[in-house]
Amino acid sequence: MTNWEKYVQAFVEALEVSAEEAPALVYGQSKAWDSVGHMTLVAALEDAFDIMMEMDDIIDLSSFAKGKEILGKYDVEI
Amino acid sequence: MIDEAALLAIPPYGLLREEKHAFLTRELRALTESHALRCPAYAAMLAATGTVPAAITAWEDLPPLPVRLFKEFTLTSVPDEALYKTITSSGTTGQQVSRIYLDRETSALQSKVLAKIMENTLGGSRLPMIILDTSAVIQNRALFSARGAGIIGFGLFGRDKIYALDADMRLDLEGIRAFLARHGGEPIFLFGFTYMVWQHFYAELRRLGETLDLRNGILLHGGGWKKLADQAVDHAQFNRALREVCGIRRVLDYYGMVEQTGTVYVECEHGRLHAPVWADVLIRRPGDFSVAAQGETGLIEVVSILPRSYPGHALLTEDEGRLLGEDDCPCGRKGKTFEVLGRVKRAETRGCSDTYEQKR
Repeated sequence: MTNWEKYVQAFVEALEVSAEEAPALVYGQSKAWDSVGHMTLVAALEDAFDIMMEMDDIIDLSSFAKGKEILGKYDVEI
Repeated sequence: MIDEAALLAIPPYGLLREEKHAFLTRELRALTESHALRCPAYAAMLAATGTVPAAITAWEDLPPLPVRLFKEFTLTSVPDEALYKTITSSGTTGQQVSRIYLDRETSALQSKVLAKIMENTLGGSRLPMIILDTSAVIQNRALFSARGAGIIGFGLFGRDKIYALDADMRLDLEGIRAFLARHGGEPIFLFGFTYMVWQHFYAELRRLGETLDLRNGILLHGGGWKKLADQAVDHAQFNRALREVCGIRRVLDYYGMVEQTGTVYVECEHGRLHAPVWADVLIRRPGDFSVAAQGETGLIEVVSILPRSYPGHALLTEDEGRLLGEDDCPCGRKGKTFEVLGRVKRAETRGCSDTYEQKR
């Protein structure tokens, strides 16, 4: 799987959305991505890329697009 | 009002008395003015008490709102379309619950401030975490309340999280042992509500005659002592009992409420609750609500500069407590220290762990 596929898959599994819906997601703007979903999503991303995110990054993870940028800090190119 | 970056840049326990007082007065006055403009019910309450926000020279002069007003009224300072989420307090069936209305800004501030406080308590890195509760609390959205919000909020500070209890509230000893084997020797972060920790973790280990090795654990617990006080269990006994069954040395209580999420008061290694720079406590005499002296027991008022979407920045709780000191704790953290002595008589039960009713 490419990093892009792994990234989308993490959203799909954690937030129970379709791969088509994922790129438009913003934290707090859909039922799927609420605070519970957020915790699940962080765990899914950490598993998928074998990283441990810092607290500040977890809080800043506010959209699908922002997440790509944050993962860059962990040397994960999406 | 101070912007977010500047607010977060202040060390959580770094301001001395004078400086902190000036800072809080300035911020709380600005919040009061802002809420008075945007929340008519709040403006009416200020008017009724003869308070002119711009004339406030010390935050202690602000009239605190009784927490129960958030049960009886819809108190919000933002239009409906700006609402991001509503948090409800825990409450047993039949009790009215508080409703706290958050916009994105307030919600983000709450998470970020909590992160700063937790960083101070746990150190910088996220630790493997055992949640001393059941995942059913967050899976069932209908039950999602302060208890769920607490687990989610504090859950962010852990990694590789497991829940110690199954859906029927039974202790998953096997799961915990496998987790500990995986993280042998590492510091472990444990979080739970006080009563739940006692009833479903400590008492269960005792009943089974089992022990666990959590000598590297840090347990953070909160949510109310009322049920334990009924069983005549105090702080010292609680800490000692846990140490007996799992060797844990760092057991830290915290005091906080859904009406002021984010600014929690965490116990230090010397057993005192500490007010972080973004919040403060004040003890008021129950008779006339005048400000009590250090050491005197009274009602706890809490102030916080985080509530921007609802007028909850100065609240009179239904808890009794007393101040222990200011800027003088042996742990080195600045600010006021205090202890909570319990709920005032005749107040309803409403702590997160106190409202948990055991299935029969």
